Amino acid sequence: MAEATVNTSAAPAAATGARAHEPSFVYLVKDALATGAIALALAFPLVGFRTVDRGSTTIIETRFGQMFLGVAVIALGRFAFSLIDAGYARAILAGSGVLSVAWLLLVAVDPGGAAIFPLGWMSWMLVVSVALRAAYVSWGDRSEARGDAVSPGDRVAATVQRLAVFFGPVLLLFAIAMPLLPMADQRWVDLGILVLTYVMLGWGLNVVVGLAGLLDLGYVAFYAVGAYSYAIIAKTFGLNFWEALPMAGGLAAMFGVLLGFPVLRLRGDYLAIVTLGFGEIVRVVLLNWNELSNGPKGIGEIPRPSFFGMPFTPAPPQGVTSFHQWFSAHLWEIGFSPIQRAVYLYYIILLLALLTNIFTLRIRKLPIGRAWEALREDEIACRALGINPTNTKLTAFAIGAMFGGFAGSFFATRQGFISPESFNFIESAIILAIVVLGGMGSQIGVVIASIVLIGGPEWFRDLESYRMLAFGGLMVLIMIWRPQGLLAFREPTILLKPKAGPP
Amino acid sequence: MTATAMTTTAMNAAAALPLLQVDHLSMRFGGLVAVDDVSFTAMDRQITGIIGPNGAGKTTVFNCLTGFYKPTVGRLALSHSDGREFLLERMDGFRITQHAHVARTFQNIRLFPRMSVLENLIVAQHNKLMRASGYSVFGILGLGVYRRAEQAAVERARYWLGRVGLTDRANDEAGNLPYGAQRRLEIARAMCTEPVLLCLDEPAAGLNARESEELNELLKFIRDEHKIGVLLIEHDMSVVMRISDHIVVLDYGRKIADGNPEKIRNDPTVIRAYLGEEEDETLPPEVARDLGVRG
Amino acid sequence: MAYFLQQMINGLTVGSMFGLIAIGYTMVYGIIGMVNFAHGDIFMVGGFIAIIAFMVLGLLGITWVPLALLCILILGMAFTALHGWVVERVAYRPLRGSNRLAPLISAIGMSIFLQNYVQLLQGARNKALPPIISGGIEVMDMGGFAVKLGYMQIVIVGLTIVLMIGFTLLISRTSLGRQQRACEQDMKMAWLLGVDVDRTIALTFVMGAGLAAVAGLVWLMYYGVIDFFVGYLAGIKAFTAAVLGGIGSLPGAMLGGILIGLIDTLWAGYFSNEYHDVATFAVLVLVLIFRPTGLLGKPEIEKV
Ligand SMILES: Nc1ncnc2c1ncn2[C@@H]1O[C@H](COP(=O)(O)OP(=O)(O)OP(=O)(O)O)[C@@H](O)[C@H]1O
Ligand SMILES: [Mg+2]
Repeated sequence: MAEATVNTSAAPAAATGARAHEPSFVYLVKDALATGAIALALAFPLVGFRTVDRGSTTIIETRFGQMFLGVAVIALGRFAFSLIDAGYARAILAGSGVLSVAWLLLVAVDPGGAAIFPLGWMSWMLVVSVALRAAYVSWGDRSEARGDAVSPGDRVAATVQRLAVFFGPVLLLFAIAMPLLPMADQRWVDLGILVLTYVMLGWGLNVVVGLAGLLDLGYVAFYAVGAYSYAIIAKTFGLNFWEALPMAGGLAAMFGVLLGFPVLRLRGDYLAIVTLGFGEIVRVVLLNWNELSNGPKGIGEIPRPSFFGMPFTPAPPQGVTSFHQWFSAHLWEIGFSPIQRAVYLYYIILLLALLTNIFTLRIRKLPIGRAWEALREDEIACRALGINPTNTKLTAFAIGAMFGGFAGSFFATRQGFISPESFNFIESAIILAIVVLGGMGSQIGVVIASIVLIGGPEWFRDLESYRMLAFGGLMVLIMIWRPQGLLAFREPTILLKPKAGPP
Repeated sequence: MTATAMTTTAMNAAAALPLLQVDHLSMRFGGLVAVDDVSFTAMDRQITGIIGPNGAGKTTVFNCLTGFYKPTVGRLALSHSDGREFLLERMDGFRITQHAHVARTFQNIRLFPRMSVLENLIVAQHNKLMRASGYSVFGILGLGVYRRAEQAAVERARYWLGRVGLTDRANDEAGNLPYGAQRRLEIARAMCTEPVLLCLDEPAAGLNARESEELNELLKFIRDEHKIGVLLIEHDMSVVMRISDHIVVLDYGRKIADGNPEKIRNDPTVIRAYLGEEEDETLPPEVARDLGVRG
Repeated sequence: MAYFLQQMINGLTVGSMFGLIAIGYTMVYGIIGMVNFAHGDIFMVGGFIAIIAFMVLGLLGITWVPLALLCILILGMAFTALHGWVVERVAYRPLRGSNRLAPLISAIGMSIFLQNYVQLLQGARNKALPPIISGGIEVMDMGGFAVKLGYMQIVIVGLTIVLMIGFTLLISRTSLGRQQRACEQDMKMAWLLGVDVDRTIALTFVMGAGLAAVAGLVWLMYYGVIDFFVGYLAGIKAFTAAVLGGIGSLPGAMLGGILIGLIDTLWAGYFSNEYHDVATFAVLVLVLIFRPTGLLGKPEIEKV
């Protein structure tokens, strides 16, 4: 699979090479064979052999069959990619398109049939990526022939952003109506909550990474601070969710400032690794500071949210009305059902996420938001314009942290139980992947990425184990293909309108 | 040409007050002395040219002035017309622009390439707008105070866009402008910070003859109408000699001459620095023309 | 005192391993100015290749320890170096000269990819290797506490010293080393003067990965276990070592590695075992804030 990446990204180089050498068939075959040889050398130790645990000892098995199949798939893929660049994009598109659709049909008819294809999903993904690349190139060729100045990628991004104007409200209406739809059972609502949590986290991190251009690899630390602050505040002081939420967000923001103040002067990659370390420190501290966090056992019995003081319980204690009793008394008769709380939680996170979004959209048009983007573009120029880089970055960092903290509080109240396990580096990586794959700086991109990256694997459980692998690979591919981000398309925050009235 | 230079100098000398006083400025990088004990004065409402061969230390002087480098030795005093005085060598880079109102451009253009032309000019008015937006609080709430301030900022940007001839490119990405337009935009952006001293690092580099001519007009306009001091690093002698009121010549980090264009043009040390040590009496024609030496 | 001595010995051993990894960070940083986040995972791949090589050699009947070790050293370095080369070729080379965030994200992506790649192929559980070199010398006995110097520790420190000497010679004496130093100072100029910049950078990654492979091998033999996640923490610590020593400086990386090894072990030995990772990070943050050039690094002034 590492080799699959070799393929796609090396394609541009192959293209120039092939064009320089007059794309002869022999050359392309040789090139594909060379790729295959490298892939074989890479695959030989790690794919060809497999360490298996047998009781207390480890033994080794071979799987040369799979290794050779994989290498063959890769060499073929490379060959297809070079053909695309050599001008056979349409033919390849037709071939790979038919192949990938046929495969899907096959799986739909007979789920076991996937085994017909060697290496299952993996080779399907390769075929699909070949098809996508072929489509992209043939589209690009056509627009080149028309003399368009804009690259197809930019055009896709621009189109998505423009569609978002219509698509966004539709999506919002759907999000509002979803729990009330007939098909909305517990599973749907839970999935909705999960996706929305990541949308919110993605939007929060987008402020830091997408707008201010600061690579924060420890975002989960603020999520953790928010969750633990909420749990501790709510349990110790008996505050309810809405009272404790701002405090938890504030504490997370304060942590952001505390961490950011010393490290935000550092250059980008130092900042990245320090934030990575910070995420780890927070986790280790939570794991070991038993008095505060109860260590690895975590904190349980975190107060669940109540609806204006009315809990979601089947039988409330004396003198307290529960939500379903109140609802039955004032609107219409309903019985108790656990989904009522889930729906309520769903609307809470929807509200929080929307607040994050509106806040971000507004602040982008304010001086501070423009200064973030300017800092991302050129810090030295910013200093020469009198912008204080440290303070400006600090606000981005603190605001991102605050949203992380809000999301953390929500997580705590939803789960009712938190432990350090939930806040490891993988979590940071997932959030970052959402931001990057969604197209740094693009609000709609984060939504799409969350639905695909979080919702997708929830539905296709058998893909779960490939999820992180695909995240990593896609991050590399997208950076190579579109270093500004997949859906990066920037609307100016202000337009100069022709002067009205007499000059 | 000589006559015009003389008259502008004479005219401005009457009104001129010292704006920037550089005393014994030295900047060392390890063993390398990039600027070596340089002193000069730049007058208000004058264009002070800084010239010198490559590597003479011109940009380094700017970097010291604008706080990118902390000078090894030296005093950089800036006097505002209201009598306030700033010691630039003690201030952080961004504070120099914010409080002392020194603005600069860069030898290799530094715009915000993915932001629009207008946004570049609005970002330059950051500090003012931050205050007006109540450090974002009023802004988020959408209060009128902020909206009016933003409108004023747009008007200032519109004015400078008109001045540098970029009004119809206002909503385009700055990075997509042609080279000459980027140079002008950078000057406009510096002017949007409302400076008292404008430092330009080779603004004519890469411009064609017509653009260079327009630049001359722009700089004179800035000096005469906006009544500020300009420090100008420039290799193009036709620009420097014609619009500078005063010229400082650096070579190997040291100041080798200082005076009005007429004096510099005839200074033997300067001619030697430009032509190398071998005393070659016949100047190449284009150098002779630039220096205005009659052969 | 004896306890302290023992901790020093252990720290030195661990530090040697960090130093070997740190060289990869420092060289790459020196030449293209980026933190290669995937380097820790290259180290992990090296460890896995080593354990697989051990078992395959065992199957083939090559069990004489010096010969087996030599084979594994060479095979491990070769295969891991290939991984390093491919990572550079795929994830970093296309991004040379693009915006500054892109290579960082690409590197993070590569790191996540490698971790999961190995996890999928080899399983998520610890892989254990029976001790190959055991035993040691008892250096002294003080008040009932015997200070031991394991043979494995001798091998590790010895191997590190040999590699360091060879490596220093390579950089200072060969034309490759010269080209590398030229690229470090001014890549464009080096290119104009006919240095094959792409090749030089690729070889830098190859060498860094080769040393990481050695670190992976000795790590495996020293601790006896390895898992797909080991590169994460070891990577951060080695990076800290590189920064502490002065990023871009080879002796600095080694010095930093040893210091981090000592801090790590002494902290665990004297204060709390739980927080010794935190100690490393604290060192990282403090060094970056107060002395970003590290102990032996050259000051870095941004050119405007
Ligand atoms: N950050 C730095 N570190 C080390 N040396 C520097 C640094 N900045 C400048 N120098 C050196 O100082 C000397 C003067 O450089 P400077 O850029 O000021 O010259 P200049 O007069 O602007 O030349 P040019 O006309 O080429 O722009 C040069 O030798 C340069 O290499
Ligand atoms: Mg210069």
